[in-house]
Amino acid sequence: MSLEGAIAVHRFGLGARPGEIARASGNPKAWLIGQLSGGAPMPAAPQGGWAGAGKLVSEEEDYKAEKVRTKGDKIARKDAKSKGEPLPGGKDAGNLRKQTFNDEMGARLALGITTDRPFAERLVRFWSNHFTVSGAKKKTLLFVGDYEREAIRPHITGTFEDMLFAVCMHPAMQIYLDNWHSTGPNSAAGQKNSKKGLNENLGRELMELYTLGVDAGYTQADVIAMAKLLTGWGLYDGHANGFGFYEDRHEPGPVTLRGKTYQPGWDGAVAAIKDLAHDPATARHIARKFATHFISDDPPAESVKRLEAVFNDTGGNLRALSEAVVKDQAAWGADLKKFRTPVEYVTAAMRLTGWNGQGEHSDKQMKRLMGAVRLMGEVPFEAPSPKGWPDTADAWNGSDGLLGRIQWAKEFGDALPQTFNVGDMANDGLGPLLRANTKTVMAKANSKGEAVALLLASPEFQRR
Amino acid sequence: MTTRRTILKTMASAAALSVWDAPFRFSFASVPTERRLVVVVIRGALDGLAAVPPHGDPDYASVRAQLALDKNGSAANVHDLDGFFGLNPSFTNLKAMYDAKEAVLFHNICSPYRDRSHFEGQNCLETGGNSPHALNDGWLNRALAPMGLANGTSAVAIEQTPPLLLSGSARATSWMPAVMPEPDNAFLTKVRALYAGDPELSSSLDGALNMQAQAASMNDDPNAKSGKFKASYGNLTPLFEGAGKLLAHAGGPRVAVLDASGWDTHVAEGAGDGQLARRLQSLDQGLETLKTALGPAWKNTAIVMATEFGRTVRPNGSGGTDHGTGAAAFLLGGAVAGGKVQAEWVGLKPSALKDGRDQPARTDLRALFKGVLADHMGVSQTALNTTVFPESGNVAPMKGLIRA
Repeated sequence: MSLEGAIAVHRFGLGARPGEIARASGNPKAWLIGQLSGGAPMPAAPQGGWAGAGKLVSEEEDYKAEKVRTKGDKIARKDAKSKGEPLPGGKDAGNLRKQTFNDEMGARLALGITTDRPFAERLVRFWSNHFTVSGAKKKTLLFVGDYEREAIRPHITGTFEDMLFAVCMHPAMQIYLDNWHSTGPNSAAGQKNSKKGLNENLGRELMELYTLGVDAGYTQADVIAMAKLLTGWGLYDGHANGFGFYEDRHEPGPVTLRGKTYQPGWDGAVAAIKDLAHDPATARHIARKFATHFISDDPPAESVKRLEAVFNDTGGNLRALSEAVVKDQAAWGADLKKFRTPVEYVTAAMRLTGWNGQGEHSDKQMKRLMGAVRLMGEVPFEAPSPKGWPDTADAWNGSDGLLGRIQWAKEFGDALPQTFNVGDMANDGLGPLLRANTKTVMAKANSKGEAVALLLASPEFQRR
Repeated sequence: MTTRRTILKTMASAAALSVWDAPFRFSFASVPTERRLVVVVIRGALDGLAAVPPHGDPDYASVRAQLALDKNGSAANVHDLDGFFGLNPSFTNLKAMYDAKEAVLFHNICSPYRDRSHFEGQNCLETGGNSPHALNDGWLNRALAPMGLANGTSAVAIEQTPPLLLSGSARATSWMPAVMPEPDNAFLTKVRALYAGDPELSSSLDGALNMQAQAASMNDDPNAKSGKFKASYGNLTPLFEGAGKLLAHAGGPRVAVLDASGWDTHVAEGAGDGQLARRLQSLDQGLETLKTALGPAWKNTAIVMATEFGRTVRPNGSGGTDHGTGAAAFLLGGAVAGGKVQAEWVGLKPSALKDGRDQPARTDLRALFKGVLADHMGVSQTALNTTVFPESGNVAPMKGLIRA
């Protein structure tokens, strides 16, 4: 086991599964870059498969109609609920939302624990967080899993532009940032109903969070121009992807966006989004975020510059960007500079045990894990805002947060079967990253469970 | 983060808390002041015209359209304050505080930030700088030393991790109601040994243990709660209650920070009887809980609540409002000289609005913060203008906010 192998597994991967550091140690960089071939890993589908966005849109519409229809029938519903009978009005779509969300979240967590291409999965998580949609908005719950599978995963080694279009057209984003009903005031629909109008939310975040970055010098007028171009983009359950373009809501007339004139219509919006994808400010914004994720909270300026140049030179090729960060020497320092987020933390702990999702209690274990990350404050697919989950230590290393992890580590250690050899687990799991002090303290543990807890609480396991 | 609090189903019982022995028996710092300061960060841009409706403004009903709250309406009776301004119908407890002259409301107020990004706006609100990212730490953190409260236990964030507002070189801690069993001391002693030579983790762990010790030593343990808390999003009560009990303790913290998020009402705002009304009700209930938990310490307490900016005056196309500028702010507590609304009001005609759409920002939020820090917490004018709010000499502290 080499130090570089351990760094590859922890800094670029998701923590070591048994034997993984040894496997990565031969040629750590090649081990990582090899993971970029063959498409993104895919979470296991439930029986009968995932529903697909178009189907989900119609489910969501059903739910709305259902709610209106049964509003006057509240007493009957309450009565049925208390007797444990099926609710009047057919299926309970609120449960469908929750069930779908939990299935998606469980499958995604499990994939993180079991995958043998953890670097590819890390990229999925990075981009998914960059283009955050969140089930914190209830109407988005049904769609967040589909969004990651259909809009993010297929593009992690493709182009930024393709991912950006997939993201903007997905029902999850249309719903999350309120664009699906945004109506041009001078469009046919806007003229018919003066209460309908423009919603700026997606137009703003598209520039601020997803492409240019907040300090790129665009104005409120630019936000409105982008929002006008996006009018008419919305939901349509007649298409498999759930997306539709409604001409009657689209704001007529050319707009000026950052000094350039765009014609109205579908083509105008597409041209504007393309320009955003290839803007130098976007390259700068993405490069900094990417380096912050993989290198350190305050990444070296030279690393950011290199990544920015690769993004610009390749037209936003994300495979090239990923290879560039692997090849960046600054990313290979022995200091563990990144503090693991809660999901990264529990994922690494589970990988240590070799968990494969096949045991008879796997479902229960996954449920407990979903509860644990919720307690620790990071729920997959449920970030508090479109900015996504924070990616720096100061958001996660506070007193109460740290104590929560330590408490969880103790419970986790105590629950493990006694068949584990803790020493092997520590050596195999951290390799050369395991510190002498941690070994000394672990040796004082009064049980196997406590030794495991100390390993998980150690500074080298809290970081990557 | 708001997620952990959303699942607080039951609190650990008092019995589950261990009695702390060495090395975790912390002596309580002798606290230099009886004054308490609470800052509530209202994240997501609260709609000020819904929270503190100027129902007497001649243009209010027409510009707000379906979002207007009607003084004589059915579902949405505003609590009238002075014939011109009112409080949202959800603010029942706040209205009682106003009537007891313990609350001041502010309007057309904002940090110096003039664009419309939540994240930049919150950065400006929390750092106290003239522009986003001009400063790297929080103004409340920089105020701890001048208040004599930079000892690591006198300021607490009711969060997993202190937010930017309370982050910086002065030490502060964080606390949340316990949801998991407490690990035993012998184990924690070993964890502490693991963190030897790691200042980041060891100071974070010490802060946690200190708060736990304080919580455990109190007769009125904030972790001990008989009833069950409803596991719904936005139940602020356990957090406000915990803050109140910690602050009430004779040797406890004197400064607390709370986060209340969920105000970004772009769609179906429901100012009178919908989502916003419910959220405001939760906040109102939280304030009442805080008051009760503080007990006699309420008379020494000032609570400031501020948001990053306001929202558009007119509804958008989705029955909600978009990001604006001038906002409402709140100051309440037993130490407050209240019963008034302070606003440089310029009306709601398009010509009076910023960019024809937002309430203008006529007052700098820092004037409010400075007034409270000066008159309530004894921070000197020099400290206010140099370390706490650098380059803010042109912003004079508000006078007369605190009872003499």
